[in-house]
Amino acid sequence: MYLTAITTCVNFINMKITGADILIKELMRQGVDTVFGYPGGYVIDIYDELYKNADNIRHILPASEQGAAFAANAYARITDKPSVVLATGGPGATNLVTGIAAAYLDSVAVIFITGNVSVPMLGQDSFQDIDIVGCTLPIVKHSYIVKDICHLQWIIAEAFQIANTGRKGPVHIDIPKNVQQGTYDYDPNLKLSEPAKRHSDLSALDKAVSLIEKSKRPYIYSGGGVTATNTGDLIIKLSEMTGAPIGMSLMGIGSVPASYYNNLGMSGMFGTEAAVTAMREADLIIALGVRFSDRATGSAGKFAENTSVIHIDIDPAEIGKNIQPDVCLCGDLRDILPALLEKLSDMQLSIDEKKQTRISESPRSDNLTPQNIISAVNGHYDENTVVTTDVGQHQMWVAQNYRFEKPKTLLSSGGLGAMGYGLGAGVGASLAHGGKRTVLFTGDGSFLMNLSELKTAVTHKLPITIILFNNGTLGMVRQMQTLSFDKHYSSTTLENNTDYPALAKAFGAAGCTVNNITELKDALEKAPLDRPYLIECKIDIDEIVETS
Amino acid sequence: MTEKFIVGIIVSNHFGVLNRVAGLYAKRGYNIDSLAVGETEDPAYSRMTIVSTGDEYMRSQVLEQLNKLHDVKMVVLLDSETAVSIEHMLVKLKLGKESKTTISELINSYAGNVMDFGEDFITAEISGASEKLERFIEQAREIGILEVCRSGLISVKQGI
Repeated sequence: MYLTAITTCVNFINMKITGADILIKELMRQGVDTVFGYPGGYVIDIYDELYKNADNIRHILPASEQGAAFAANAYARITDKPSVVLATGGPGATNLVTGIAAAYLDSVAVIFITGNVSVPMLGQDSFQDIDIVGCTLPIVKHSYIVKDICHLQWIIAEAFQIANTGRKGPVHIDIPKNVQQGTYDYDPNLKLSEPAKRHSDLSALDKAVSLIEKSKRPYIYSGGGVTATNTGDLIIKLSEMTGAPIGMSLMGIGSVPASYYNNLGMSGMFGTEAAVTAMREADLIIALGVRFSDRATGSAGKFAENTSVIHIDIDPAEIGKNIQPDVCLCGDLRDILPALLEKLSDMQLSIDEKKQTRISESPRSDNLTPQNIISAVNGHYDENTVVTTDVGQHQMWVAQNYRFEKPKTLLSSGGLGAMGYGLGAGVGASLAHGGKRTVLFTGDGSFLMNLSELKTAVTHKLPITIILFNNGTLGMVRQMQTLSFDKHYSSTTLENNTDYPALAKAFGAAGCTVNNITELKDALEKAPLDRPYLIECKIDIDEIVETS
Repeated sequence: MTEKFIVGIIVSNHFGVLNRVAGLYAKRGYNIDSLAVGETEDPAYSRMTIVSTGDEYMRSQVLEQLNKLHDVKMVVLLDSETAVSIEHMLVKLKLGKESKTTISELINSYAGNVMDFGEDFITAEISGASEKLERFIEQAREIGILEVCRSGLISVKQGI
């Protein structure tokens, strides 16, 4: 089977090299410029190669492996290439699990490489011996244990191919220590056979066109697939031709500019009223690159009961998984959308002006409300500035209120909803943009999870502006306790007196606390260019995220 | 409507593949009624026959999710009415109540073979449709069953 994956093996380097050397050479051949990793006993050979190749591959040392995984997640999304995470076996590997799951649920191409005990010792419960491939089976696109060095090079090459083909996702390679230390040939011209490409299925194109043309109130639901394929301009064309307003899933935010007049913002549980209403009143939902997650649909049984649905997605397993569509077009949006647009006649439906929402472009008062804070930050930075978030109330406030104009300027843990994602992602995003300014919106709960990544940001002099919403509570859970649990605030109040600006300073970053919007604007002006800047905004403990 | 369905899959013949396939069923809480696996004519590949019970939604999810696994090379849904299917079974029976002749006759009537015997037991091999195996088990209960070992169904498509 292994041999079938390889078409040619020519031009071997005559000298055999170590597995660790093969790995680094192959990573370079795959175009990898940065590795996010954390050393340990079972990857020490690989680290020695990284040391020798420091001019070719930049290594980013996080505070923990989870931070590396989140940074690589952001790096891959922005550079649109698979990124690489390296960790040792045992705890190094298990610390990656949340990061692997985050990449899996948001379809991000990350190559996770772990070291492990030598092959003969696998499963003997030696020091730091964990069956990490077993642990992560349900949350990877594919994974390997390299038991024989002769397979190492093509496995690495194939991992890149799998991670980056079709619906993207994480691929994990576990490399036992004796494989890293063994020697074998390296083929600088190794070619894998082309993956069997699943062609876009356009067979239902006419049906889709006819449904759209018959529709009186079509609605476009744009998701992460549109962001990933940069097809926002085609979505706008579809909106222009059909008059359909556009709503976005969390992962779809930025796929279409917020300023586009027919963009109603996020839909779903925490969606804008305009988007939710338009979706509810639609007679046809054209869903593009979405998977109808429960946060977007509520109860799937009742969702779109009397509405037709056209589902367009690259993953055949998503079609009918949560919502049974009337028509499905399975394939790459870059193939399907042009074909659809070509067949569609201009419907020129009038657009209901009342449906348009406008997010306030400037703060409405000097009070530190979440909306005013976001609005002030939004006004301060240009549209290319990448914003990362953690998970919770602040994430939804950002999704509702920040005006994202460009795809991939909002990076958030959408599917997994992993608190602690934001700072690591901020590091990855800033590095991907050559050390440019990045904004992190976080809450005090989320920030406490991975704040040690401040160290990484300081080391690499990354200007990350951290907007910390401090409400002294795990707000999203508190909000549910308020609404559904008789205000039993079970373990959600964070009774700490953490001095966050001092904490930032202790890490070598800078920080301040602001009491109103005027002070916030001043602080934004003062944010240094060579290190993170934490701005603590104390907000009311009972602020809630509006639901539609 | 919930019904039994048979999936035939060709997978890469290496470690861990069974975990991936079984894990995919387990992830969704789907039960596997039987699973049989063995090498194909090409040692690089194995063939699995998996029988499970579910509705149309589960069936289509299983097929699509299986198709996504990198180690899965081909997936076919086999028509349980027309597919060529067989299951093998070894049954160890207790000798005592019934005479050896009666037991041999029972085994013969199912076109079975005696694989092993001693003073107080007979191990029989029975092959055929799962229902046939179940009928045999029912009849053999009266004799006394010591052990039953079923292979799980193996199936190929009817015709070429």
